[in-house]
Amino acid sequence: MSLMSEVGQKAFNLGVPLAVHMDVTYRCNERCVHCYLDHDDHGEMTTAEIKDVLDQLAEAGVFFITFSGGEVLLRRDFFEIVEYARRLMFNVKIKTNAVMIHEEEARRIRELGVDTIQISVYSHRPEVHDAITKLPHSFERTVKAIRFLREQGLRVTIANVLMTVNSSDHSGVQALAAELGVQYTLDPTITPMMDGDRSILSLNVDEAALREVFHDEGIAGNVAELCAPPLAPGEDDMDSLPCSAGHTACYVSPYGDVYPCVQFPLPSGNVRRTKFLDIWRHSPQLNEVRSIHLRDMPSCSQCVHGGTCTRCPGLAYLEGNMRGPSHQDCEKSYARTGVPSENLKRRKASSQMLQLVQIQGPHDAMNNGRVMEAGGPL
Amino acid sequence: MPETCIYIARSSAIAARALAGEMMVMNSADSTFFTLNEVATTIFQAADGHTPLRDIVRDHVCEQFDVDPEQAQADAEQFVAELSGHGILLVSSQPLGSETP
Repeated sequence: MSLMSEVGQKAFNLGVPLAVHMDVTYRCNERCVHCYLDHDDHGEMTTAEIKDVLDQLAEAGVFFITFSGGEVLLRRDFFEIVEYARRLMFNVKIKTNAVMIHEEEARRIRELGVDTIQISVYSHRPEVHDAITKLPHSFERTVKAIRFLREQGLRVTIANVLMTVNSSDHSGVQALAAELGVQYTLDPTITPMMDGDRSILSLNVDEAALREVFHDEGIAGNVAELCAPPLAPGEDDMDSLPCSAGHTACYVSPYGDVYPCVQFPLPSGNVRRTKFLDIWRHSPQLNEVRSIHLRDMPSCSQCVHGGTCTRCPGLAYLEGNMRGPSHQDCEKSYARTGVPSENLKRRKASSQMLQLVQIQGPHDAMNNGRVMEAGGPL
Repeated sequence: MPETCIYIARSSAIAARALAGEMMVMNSADSTFFTLNEVATTIFQAADGHTPLRDIVRDHVCEQFDVDPEQAQADAEQFVAELSGHGILLVSSQPLGSETP
């Protein structure tokens, strides 16, 4: 076990929130087609409020803090916030689109001892990147900023989101990252908007494109291990936990809302009304998240992928049940291994059943379905 | 021969947090990660740049832990040299200013 894993286990045993993701704003200068946020300001925390939260997080034992947004640099006090966090000796990571980073900002970031800067780049082709961000010349500005940061000796990671509109560009972005001397990471999942709107899910790539990236050693690493046929979960797996969300990590929104994770928008308290440690220790929602083990998940515990699945409880929650399967993760498990999950098999069977019903009486079946969904008076 | 004073200060490039009496330390320059035991944590926390190391050992280490003073001083010097090599601590024969960002 690595030293970091040992520390993670110790934090888990002690109930310490080792890592917090804090969005300091949802405002943004880009309008990315796949973004899950509403970019209006509904009452962001002030500088003083954020500093107070940082004091509380340090007291709670938080070591890693990620500042993200929205675009973090749209806050005029952003460097004041980072400086305060560093004085409290947090390990600071920043997620940004970098279009507002020039030589001066890069120098400041280096002086503040920021660990890593993660920057979104969606394509190596400027026209494709700019069409996704809807900000003209954003590619040029972002790449220029990466060069400024590298000149300061800072660690940068390019984060590429895979979607239908850039699905053939991941190799190009990876080559660009190599040319710039930065790390590269690919996220193949488009998540629903935080308000539950699922329309942007249509940007998710199909199973063939997912299979391609999972079987690309340049992206996935050890393909033989990642894509090996799954073994049915054993008794040990039944007590395993889904992820660190709510266990050693959580999320704080620009409005002070606390969630288990940025991808798990289950309101669990608000630091404007309640002390962070009270929320962390006593929130019924966080305690419910902590209570979930594989054996409590009716579908996943029976699935052959149960022990190896990357199921995201936040995505499952957004699909309606935090103890249920996440369909998007089922699709990823299938793309990796070629073995369908229990959930996918059931969906396929249910879709075949629907076809039978439609053959017997399409108009009646569809009308009945609509009335029941709407819960209307008819 | 007069004893040389060593002053130690925490580098501004590091992140640190106590976890159950032990200190987690990470150097942002190269992401090296350390955990310090209780004795090392005591020295690290007292590294204010203007208290000589021998005073830290006498007033903090020997005060809190049942250790031989000479052995404690030797161990502390070795520990300081090691952390200095990793850029975690700054070492000087003169008092050091604050290195906070």
